[in-house]
Amino acid sequence: MALSIIKIFPRHGRQYIRDLRKAVIPEGFRGRPVIGKDITPAEEKLALTVCPIAAIQTGPFRLDLGKCEFCMECSFATEGKIRFTNDHRLSTNNRESLIIKVGEDNPIRVDQFMVRKEISSYFRYALKLRQVSAGGDNSTEMELNASGNVNFDMGRYGIEFVASPRHSDGLVITGPISSNMAEALQICYDATPSPKIVVLAGSAAISGGIYENSPVVDRKFLETIKPDLYIPGNPPHPLTFINGILDLTGKK
Amino acid sequence: MIGKNPLVVPLVEIPIFDYTVFMDTIADLMKDESRHCVAYHVVPLHGKLRFFCCMASDHEKNIVLLSHEQNTSPLPVLPSLTAAHFLFHMYEREIWEQYGIQFIGHPWLKPVRVVEDYPFYSIEGDGVHEVGVGPIHAGIIEPGYFRFSCNGEKVMHLEIQLGFQHRGVEKLFLEKPSGIQRAVLAESIAGDTSVGHSIAHSQLMETLAGIISSPALQCERIIALELERIAVHIGDTAALCTDIAYQFGQVVNEALRTIVINTTQSWCGNRFGKGLVRTGGSYYPLKKDFILLLLANLKEVEERFGQITHEIFTNPSVLSRFEGIGKVSPHQAGMIGAVGMAARSSGVKRDIRWSHPFQAFRKTTYEPVTLHQGDAWARAMLRKLEVEKSIQLIGNLLSGHDFERMPAHPVYELTLPASSFALSLAEGWRGEIMQSAVTDEKGNIMNYKVKDPSFHNWMALTLAVRNQEISDFPLCNKSYNLSYCGHDL
Ligand code: SF4
Repeated sequence: MALSIIKIFPRHGRQYIRDLRKAVIPEGFRGRPVIGKDITPAEEKLALTVCPIAAIQTGPFRLDLGKCEFCMECSFATEGKIRFTNDHRLSTNNRESLIIKVGEDNPIRVDQFMVRKEISSYFRYALKLRQVSAGGDNSTEMELNASGNVNFDMGRYGIEFVASPRHSDGLVITGPISSNMAEALQICYDATPSPKIVVLAGSAAISGGIYENSPVVDRKFLETIKPDLYIPGNPPHPLTFINGILDLTGKK
Repeated sequence: MIGKNPLVVPLVEIPIFDYTVFMDTIADLMKDESRHCVAYHVVPLHGKLRFFCCMASDHEKNIVLLSHEQNTSPLPVLPSLTAAHFLFHMYEREIWEQYGIQFIGHPWLKPVRVVEDYPFYSIEGDGVHEVGVGPIHAGIIEPGYFRFSCNGEKVMHLEIQLGFQHRGVEKLFLEKPSGIQRAVLAESIAGDTSVGHSIAHSQLMETLAGIISSPALQCERIIALELERIAVHIGDTAALCTDIAYQFGQVVNEALRTIVINTTQSWCGNRFGKGLVRTGGSYYPLKKDFILLLLANLKEVEERFGQITHEIFTNPSVLSRFEGIGKVSPHQAGMIGAVGMAARSSGVKRDIRWSHPFQAFRKTTYEPVTLHQGDAWARAMLRKLEVEKSIQLIGNLLSGHDFERMPAHPVYELTLPASSFALSLAEGWRGEIMQSAVTDEKGNIMNYKVKDPSFHNWMALTLAVRNQEISDFPLCNKSYNLSYCGHDL
């Protein structure tokens, strides 16, 4: 047995990504989109028609990453005039900065002026989060789990998911908030001691995504709470999540 | 009416039986022990309620399609099929919940997805106590409510209440009618089975529209499907190790899963294969460079997974936690209509890839892995064996095909036949996936039905934990890894 362990270890090697801040996902990954300046009105119209969830809007033409399911259909329809770069840094606390306008190619970041003071003073060195699934498809949950795995290891920053809201500093919500989870989510939020943060992970959580307008989705919770961080994606990549949290809490 | 997977039939050709004849026919069909119900649901048609039922046989390899019809007012009161054939219990509960139809003799018509005022079973007696968990669980996991009735540490009964993830998927298929919307919906039925559900959906739409996809496309889909299976099975092997505190097995497998899902990402830009499977074509045809990467990565994974699973399955402290835990007998699995892994790990040879071949499986012979032990060990071992088989299968598919061709783009504008019923089955990593649609006189889809394997298999978990220590629940649960969102829709 010991012999085979000796064989396994060298091949397993060092799995963790050394620098999560600088890590790059290879080309082809569907990250931050850029709308080419040369997009024609006809192409804009095409993009508008194919988009499954009205993430594409007009007057002026723009793409809302808070709704986008990253299906790439607008990119195919416009033959690449709308292009998805491999930039995975999509997390922000400013909902407005998720609106991509024609010709813009700016990084999406956390707006430090908008961050509540207590967030960096309390959570800079350690942040415990409680995740609540509320009607999603479980892919975001899997990426959140992966954020703590042997490759991404966000535990190195003192960021961790915990079992009880009583032990947590905030909630990470996934899914569009199904009516059947609305009450449990509220109870969980109330049970989390203040100061606390609320993070919306995935298009479904941010805007309802493809489940928008479903009669069995109930997003009232978000009418009373202002989220501290939006993490777009279908699902968001672990690097998108980790970097977003690090930016929010002011970690270097 | 007898058909093969996938099938499309004009409504007029589906026999409508009188309910008593319908029951007798079901009883007759059920004499074939390998026959199970893959679909039984109601479609309101011409002011009446039409009940469509599809019975698939693992051995005869065919699907019998039959129906009965009832008035809407007064609502009928029907003798239950469940009383004689337990595997109908979920279907009748669902019909009762959605249409208010009573089934006499059903053991307990309980809600499937409505969470208010759920009537729990409770046991009273000396030393009996209840443990309630959920809907939010300790971990990054979907919601569901579990109520254990225990005597001391021993679980006498577990009741699982679901529905918390219900987001109206089936209705949205009708309300969001564009091909792209439906494709996005299909891949979000259960995110861990994006490819499996997308294949079932595309296949359904193509069957309805009379499109025959190219052999290369069919192959690509199966390669994607098997990659999904490999990734989840390896991830689950890691999770099983976590639950028995065997960290070595956990971390090595986690790293291997990452290689597999990153390979999928190199193919299509998404680690879960979202966007990869589309109706009528693909935006991501297999290219030479990717095939080389795929083969190299699979070789690496195969070798390392072979080493670590050898380690896992020869480690006495692992075996003592896996063996004999959470046993479900072949009889129980058959009775509840278990599908996929839950069936095969309990000695029921049931695998759509073999019995009702779809896509590229029509041209290869796939022999399912079946283990008879029915315990956590069998479910872990089944994963190992299936990973090995899937890697082999991908190798065979790649060598037998020429992928250099002009890619056909997806087709979203489809003309569908009027007044027809269609059914599509696929074998996702959990098991049998069913999607079905009915069109109206104009050829618009008026009913869309989805069934994830978890619909049946949650009952297997309930049976598995009976008479176990409550502390073995996480292990039993993980050994099935069932879907909440796939069940709740
Ligand atoms: S990628 Fe986003 S914006 Fe483009 S079509 Fe899909 S959902 Fe719409």
